Amino acid sequence: MPLVQEPAIPASLKPFRPLPDRRTASGGGETAAEPAIVTENLSIRYGHFTAVSNVSMAIPPRQVTAIIGPSGCGKSTLLRSFNRMNDFTPNLSVSGRVLYRGRDVYDPQTDPVELRRTIGMVFQKPNPFPKSIFRNVAWGAAINGFTGSLDELVEQSLRRAALWDEVKDKLHSSALALSGGQQQRLCIARAIALQPDVLLMDEPCSALDPIATTRIEDLIDNLKKHYTVVLVTHNMQQAARVSDRTAFMYMGELVEYGKTDDIFTHPSNPRTQDYITGRFG
Amino acid sequence: MSVQATQATFVPRLGARRAIGSAFHLFCVLMLLLAVAALGILLVRVVMDGWAWLSMQFLTSFPSILNPESGGIKHALHGTIWLIVLTGVVSVPLGIGAAVYLQEYASSNRLTRFIQLNIANLAGVPSIVYGILGLAVFVRSLALGRSVIAGALTMSLLILPVIIIASKEALAAVPNSIRLAAYALGATRWQVVRHHVLPAAAPGIMTGIILALSRAIGEAAPLIMLGALNYVPFVPTGLTSPFSALPIQIFSWTGLPQPEFHHLAAAAIIVLLAVLLTMNAVAIGIRMYQQKDRL
Amino acid sequence: MIETLRRWKERGIHVWLLACALVSIATTAGIIWVLASESVKFFVHVSPFEFYFGTRWAPLMEPRHFGVIPLIGGTFLVAAGALIVSLPVGLASAIYLSEYASPRLRNLLKPILEILAGIPTVVYGYFAVTFITPHVLRPLFPNVEIFNAASAAIVVGIMIIPTISSLCDDAFRAVPRSLREAGYALSATKLEVSTRIVLPAAMSGVVAAVLLGLARAVGETMAVTLAAGMTPNLTLNPFVSVQTLTAYMVQVSQGDTPAGTIEYQTIFAVGMTLFLITLAINLVAQRVLARFREVYE
Repeated sequence: MPLVQEPAIPASLKPFRPLPDRRTASGGGETAAEPAIVTENLSIRYGHFTAVSNVSMAIPPRQVTAIIGPSGCGKSTLLRSFNRMNDFTPNLSVSGRVLYRGRDVYDPQTDPVELRRTIGMVFQKPNPFPKSIFRNVAWGAAINGFTGSLDELVEQSLRRAALWDEVKDKLHSSALALSGGQQQRLCIARAIALQPDVLLMDEPCSALDPIATTRIEDLIDNLKKHYTVVLVTHNMQQAARVSDRTAFMYMGELVEYGKTDDIFTHPSNPRTQDYITGRFG
Repeated sequence: MSVQATQATFVPRLGARRAIGSAFHLFCVLMLLLAVAALGILLVRVVMDGWAWLSMQFLTSFPSILNPESGGIKHALHGTIWLIVLTGVVSVPLGIGAAVYLQEYASSNRLTRFIQLNIANLAGVPSIVYGILGLAVFVRSLALGRSVIAGALTMSLLILPVIIIASKEALAAVPNSIRLAAYALGATRWQVVRHHVLPAAAPGIMTGIILALSRAIGEAAPLIMLGALNYVPFVPTGLTSPFSALPIQIFSWTGLPQPEFHHLAAAAIIVLLAVLLTMNAVAIGIRMYQQKDRL
Repeated sequence: MIETLRRWKERGIHVWLLACALVSIATTAGIIWVLASESVKFFVHVSPFEFYFGTRWAPLMEPRHFGVIPLIGGTFLVAAGALIVSLPVGLASAIYLSEYASPRLRNLLKPILEILAGIPTVVYGYFAVTFITPHVLRPLFPNVEIFNAASAAIVVGIMIIPTISSLCDDAFRAVPRSLREAGYALSATKLEVSTRIVLPAAMSGVVAAVLLGLARAVGETMAVTLAAGMTPNLTLNPFVSVQTLTAYMVQVSQGDTPAGTIEYQTIFAVGMTLFLITLAINLVAQRVLARFREVYE
């Protein structure tokens, strides 16, 4: 049975969610489940430049964790280390550990291809394949030997990405004919068609107009029912609207990390305070 | 019916996919090695066949049908030199002139686009067609006969598109700021081009000319159409002399059945390749010098 | 006074430069005029129908036949064979160079491949006659003739490998990196990204590369003349001698052909056929390439 769509209330009108009683330890989520991703003293260098410096954090499952910070602070580099998309950058060196469900991501025995099936990614600029909408969504699943019905998978993924109604009559037309916002939702549908555990989103709205941005923020709220979402954004208000936990990074370091409401209402680090109030970045 | 989020519905077969990936990688490497090996075998064979037959006598005597071992490429070498010099004299000013016009003078109108389209098409015309053109126009209509000047004019037309395209690129690579600075000092367009743009583009243009001429050295088809295959056992003495050329002689010798002639052909090929290698080395040297200068 | 002189000089230079550029138009016009005018004289004696649809080519000796199909057949037999040789090698090399090789390896291998394109075609003819036919084909296929299409096809194929690999490489590199990243993020292997994302996205560039390689093979003269021989033969058998359009033109030039004779005119009729074929292929290739560039630039 396909997912039932919730009525679309723009995120800006939603009141702050009442704070559930969550543990505030660096790991825990609401249901005492183990964290999805843990980094331990993670440092990432390109040549002589240190992009990420000694970051230790735990990302709880089935929540939205936002990583904010000014340009160049290392948040994208950090995000890409979770699914080893950093492997494609030359001269990269990684020290420390990244653990996904307890397994070391950078262990030589870990197969990055396998890893990426459970940790998916959506990129800053929408990058649909020059194929039909259907083939875009189905491509990853087909490659990975999906045994069920591709038609149902495509429909379910497009519904979850809040795109189904707009494209259901033109599934076999080119994906490149869609608008920017639609293309990005298509990329989200494509990523979730693989039924990942974690969804990494690297500034997914920064190339989109405000209306398209709002639609995607709404759907992020729904996504966390099924996936752990890690969202990198340079838009603080977006992080405040959408995320459960927020990490603030500055010049490669993790300055502060905690519940979103705490970070934005009473941050404990003065640099966080400065950034949030717009004194820099 | 509905598909819940379970990993069990995927059969990723990673092992098999990785194996096929490695096999494909190997296949690509093999194909590349095959190409390189073909080149290597060709060069080795030519050198092996012809090295022993290279000598000063080879370079300075005429071919002899009766006595193949004492044959040489004197006529062909002189013919090639005459041909290349004349071709250069004709095609270089024309080619650079056309490129300067297209890049610096022409406005973007239909005529210009037509000319550019023309040049692109001419670059793809088989070289033998240029030979036919040369036969009808230079040999017959202009009554130049089967002379070295007819050959040079034909070759010029052949390599003109190459020179124009390469020169255009070199001119386009000159930063616009140089032009603007010169204009701002009150220079005319020709002064800007002659004193500023052309010198800056000179290395690129020279590289293009060298590569175009090295192409001309190796071409035989157009010359055959002009009648250069007829046996010409003497060196050119003037513009209207009959001529031969290295590739023509190689063609003649290769076409004969006796193995001695094949050895002669191989020796001539070595000479030809040596000339080409030198020219290309000069072109690469110019390019490297240019890049060093920029840094 | 000096001002007027300078202006006249500038104008003169402008005119001279324009004249240089117009030489190219004169060349094209010359080619078309020469081919057309002599072909017209030819078609006075021989009907175009017989020429373009006839299957026997024997123009130089009695009884004469002027059907050009065997020459076209020979040309395309060699060209098709050349593509069979060069397409896998060129395409696989291009995939390797653009998707697998490190920048250092690429900078080493690309120029080496380009050398193949720089070797004069007579040398390839020599290679075919003295090595390919006796030492490669004869051992495998003892019945192969001294002059055969396969030998010509192999060396022409080797000759056009750089054409295909260089253009395909350009096409692959024009595909944006973001598409590859999307593929990897969807748990695809390098093979899958290269062949199921990059290759389809670059397909029109690949098609243009193949067409340009084909045009080059069709126009090739020296290697096929030496290797494939002078026997017009309408056949699919690669192990016998065939004559290409270009080889025929060489054959006629080796003799003495006074202007005005039918033999002289056959040069132009055959030449025009060759010119039209390569022009058509090149035009289609340019259109395909232009469409490709539209998408990626």
